[in-house]
Amino acid sequence: MTNRRSGPPKRRSGPPRQPMAIIAVCMLGVLVLLAVFAPVLWGEEAVAADPDAIALPPSGEHPLGTDKLGRDILLRTLVATRLSLVMAVAATLMGGCIGLALGALPAVLGTRAQRWFASVISTWLAFPVLLVAMLTVILLGPGTTTAVVALALTMTPSFARLAQTLSSRVGGSEYLAAARMLGVSRRRQFTRYVLPNIAEPVIVNVTTSIGGGLLALSSLSFLGVGVQPPDFDWGRLLSEGFGQVYNSPVAAIGPGVAVVFAGLAFSMLGESLAAQLRNREHGRALPPRRLGPAPVAERPARTPAETERAETEAAPLLDVDGLSVSFPGPDGWIRPVQDVSFRILPGEIVGVVGESGSGKSVTMMSIAQLAPAGAAVTARRLRFDGEDLTGRTPAEAGRVLGTRVGVVFQDSLTALNPALRVGTQLAEIPRVHGGAGRAKAHEMAVRALDDVRIPDAARRAQQFPHEFSGGMRQRALIAMSQIGSPSLIIADEPTTALDVTVQRRVLALLRRECAESGAAAIVVSHDVAVLAELCGRLLVMYAGRIVEDVDIALLATPERLAHPYTRALAASLPDLGTDRTKPLVTIPGEPPDLSRPVTGCAFAARCAFATDDCRTEVPVLTEHRHGGRVACRHPQDAMATDAAPGREEVGA
Amino acid sequence: MAELVIEDLVVTFGHRHRAFNAVDGVSLTVPHGTIVGLVGESGSGKSTVARTVAGLQRATSGRITLDGDDLLRTRGVDRRRRARDVQMIFQDPYSSLNPRMTVGETIEEALTTHGDLDGRRRAASVRELLDLVRLKPAVAGQYPSQISGGMRQRVAIARCLAVRPRLIVADEITSALDASVQGAVLNLIRDLQRELELSMIFITHNLAAVRYIADTTVVMSRGRVVEHGDSEEIVANPRQPYTRALVSAIPRIEHAGTDHLLRFADEEGLR
Ligand SMILES: Nc1ncnc2c1ncn2[C@@H]1O[C@H](COP(=O)(O)OP(=O)(O)OP(=O)(O)O)[C@@H](O)[C@H]1O
Ligand code: SF4
Ligand SMILES: [Mg+2]
Repeated sequence: MTNRRSGPPKRRSGPPRQPMAIIAVCMLGVLVLLAVFAPVLWGEEAVAADPDAIALPPSGEHPLGTDKLGRDILLRTLVATRLSLVMAVAATLMGGCIGLALGALPAVLGTRAQRWFASVISTWLAFPVLLVAMLTVILLGPGTTTAVVALALTMTPSFARLAQTLSSRVGGSEYLAAARMLGVSRRRQFTRYVLPNIAEPVIVNVTTSIGGGLLALSSLSFLGVGVQPPDFDWGRLLSEGFGQVYNSPVAAIGPGVAVVFAGLAFSMLGESLAAQLRNREHGRALPPRRLGPAPVAERPARTPAETERAETEAAPLLDVDGLSVSFPGPDGWIRPVQDVSFRILPGEIVGVVGESGSGKSVTMMSIAQLAPAGAAVTARRLRFDGEDLTGRTPAEAGRVLGTRVGVVFQDSLTALNPALRVGTQLAEIPRVHGGAGRAKAHEMAVRALDDVRIPDAARRAQQFPHEFSGGMRQRALIAMSQIGSPSLIIADEPTTALDVTVQRRVLALLRRECAESGAAAIVVSHDVAVLAELCGRLLVMYAGRIVEDVDIALLATPERLAHPYTRALAASLPDLGTDRTKPLVTIPGEPPDLSRPVTGCAFAARCAFATDDCRTEVPVLTEHRHGGRVACRHPQDAMATDAAPGREEVGA
Repeated sequence: MAELVIEDLVVTFGHRHRAFNAVDGVSLTVPHGTIVGLVGESGSGKSTVARTVAGLQRATSGRITLDGDDLLRTRGVDRRRRARDVQMIFQDPYSSLNPRMTVGETIEEALTTHGDLDGRRRAASVRELLDLVRLKPAVAGQYPSQISGGMRQRVAIARCLAVRPRLIVADEITSALDASVQGAVLNLIRDLQRELELSMIFITHNLAAVRYIADTTVVMSRGRVVEHGDSEEIVANPRQPYTRALVSAIPRIEHAGTDHLLRFADEEGLR
């Protein structure tokens, strides 16, 4: 990480804290001071010829010596700061503005204008830079203005291309469509919608380019087509210095150092601006030293009753106990998954439901040893088919799982490699893990596709993912998860993007596959009804914890569900029998922000049955009389009339 | 509010031999002050109808009129008048709000484009609109990234109401939201419709939602209308095989713990 912070974490925005930014700002400060004051202080001295001091080597009086007319080179270099900077900034700004107009305006002008502008920009880009510069010089004659214009013209197309790329994203956005529909004028669309959304990267790019611009202008002056005497910039001084390089080699060094210094200042400033933007986009995280060790589930190991049950029960295929997943955040660990414990028996289909961000995907990916980079996964116990996975690296644990766990990802388009034929991707698994030969593996791939009812499987195996429809890709993914004959399938939202009819086919396939092969499955969804049809048991997640673990059949009789959140979830879904005259049942409020520690029950703020102790202590997931487990102080199932002691007195 | 009539609408994409009709002769009517549901599978042309009505897509042929005014005429029509005819609410509240404008600015944008209120009156209107969509006034100072998806969708609804359009097109406005939030947005739409007598096209693939919210429902398949009628009736007694297939494919909580899916797999020959 580039940022090191001193002192306690404070607000996130504010002045840049990276050392590079500080150095760049200081260097820039020096340059600006020189540009403003040097000509005032030493302007006359720098141009006054002194016949007694012609071409002197460095001395105490003239640290960099004097030139052919006896003028002090150091002073001249300092005085030249103003012209050099003004030219570079002017040229870059000019190029930036023209580029921005060319690249970004079309976003609000319609498709025909876009095409026209795009071809102008590419033609312009194709022109050699030197040719553009030379043509400008020929047309305008050498001079300061010429140099600036020439530079601006060569910079314009690359700014335009950048602005075009950025603004085409805005141009296709729904918020711009909404503005258009509101009747917002084109000018306002441009200034309020397009510009602010592309400004930051453009500013970074322009800043960085000033440094390059400075170099380019110096070369133009050096070559004699830029600044003309008696004016002088660093490039001019360089070329004069080179003229006397034999009797005073230092003469060229002063202006040279100045050019490099200023170029570096702008490049560094641009870089640190860019770093600042990146940090803001991805959120800044505390360095490991300040984060401390990854959080672990604090609950003690199992109660004796649970241990007894664990021993009498059939050996689980998957046994997860005290699983926590944390990410480094700006103010410490963010804990999207906390103390999750559950078991899956062989052949069982278990559903996981919960709101977006409740930690479903992170839990499943961590179990499959595919947790995102940066995640800290801890567990008291994580056993698959009798083998302990805790204490191994994800790569080792992944090898233990091998083909015994098949994963279906949430997004079918990104889960398949777009550059490989579908059949080749499927065949990869038996080839790598099963040691099958090429022909054998391909045959297996085609059979797997045929198994999930992809018509004409042999031909389809030769196609690329984008040639499949969404439903077919999803089926191909299921085929892929099946091909190693896994004993556990983990499916994250396998049908969310699909139409109902396709969804039902995919669900039926999954169900059939499990019934036939005896594989177990964990299926994640935010739609309880989907899980009701598919699964035997339901895990309900809220704010990173399992709040209820219940037989799926109880969903059909919601009054027998125990946790207030599960009950609200089951009641809030409109179905084909909902009373149209009444408002739908909803859950008021929002889920908590997991980047801050949550004390007590995370659902308390939205729960109608919350009491004071709910808000202070985390309810533990324990066995419940409905045969499953619940984490709630006041379970609401019908038999639990005694379960909310003193609710009236304490109040909500 | 007003009555929308679509007659024989055709929208063609692509050129010559690759051309296909995304919308292929659709006719439907949205009577004054009612919600018409538009359902169908993805690719059935629902959204294309919506975007054409909203003026975001060109029609190839056909007529769309709002109280007799031709909505397909684009020449010489005042941009702002057109905006007061039809407004659309989009599926994804994450991308339909400008990330660089606060909630207040977003709603004000609609207000200033349509009437020159002074600053104080505008602020009051923003508060009123936020109140209408059940948001607290403090939300006005926040950026879209600082509020939840459900709240964002309410902001989008408030922005649309600020224009006082004669017709609202809502395209899958609940499908990007969590189940528990969907209900709240559906309730809001229903209440607003009653309070303000809105005319609305409500597009969704969720038959349960459409049955709850729409007075009449139009079922589309492959660019054509296959069935239309009273919403409750269509879901209870679908007449066309396509509609029947849609209705029977809806996952139901009543099937919890049964072998319904396995039976379906057998029937369909999925072995
Ligand atoms: N790589 C990551 N770095 C930091 N935080 C992450 C990362 N991946 C996920 N999170 C956070 O973990 C939390 C849980 O995310 P997760 O994807 O598991 O939710 P989910 O229940 O699957 O939601 P959805 O229904 O939207 O798929 C979220 O707050 C998310 O922002
Ligand atoms: S523990 Fe208390 S606040 Fe939490 S769900 Fe149960 S009753 Fe509600
Ligand atoms: Mg997920």
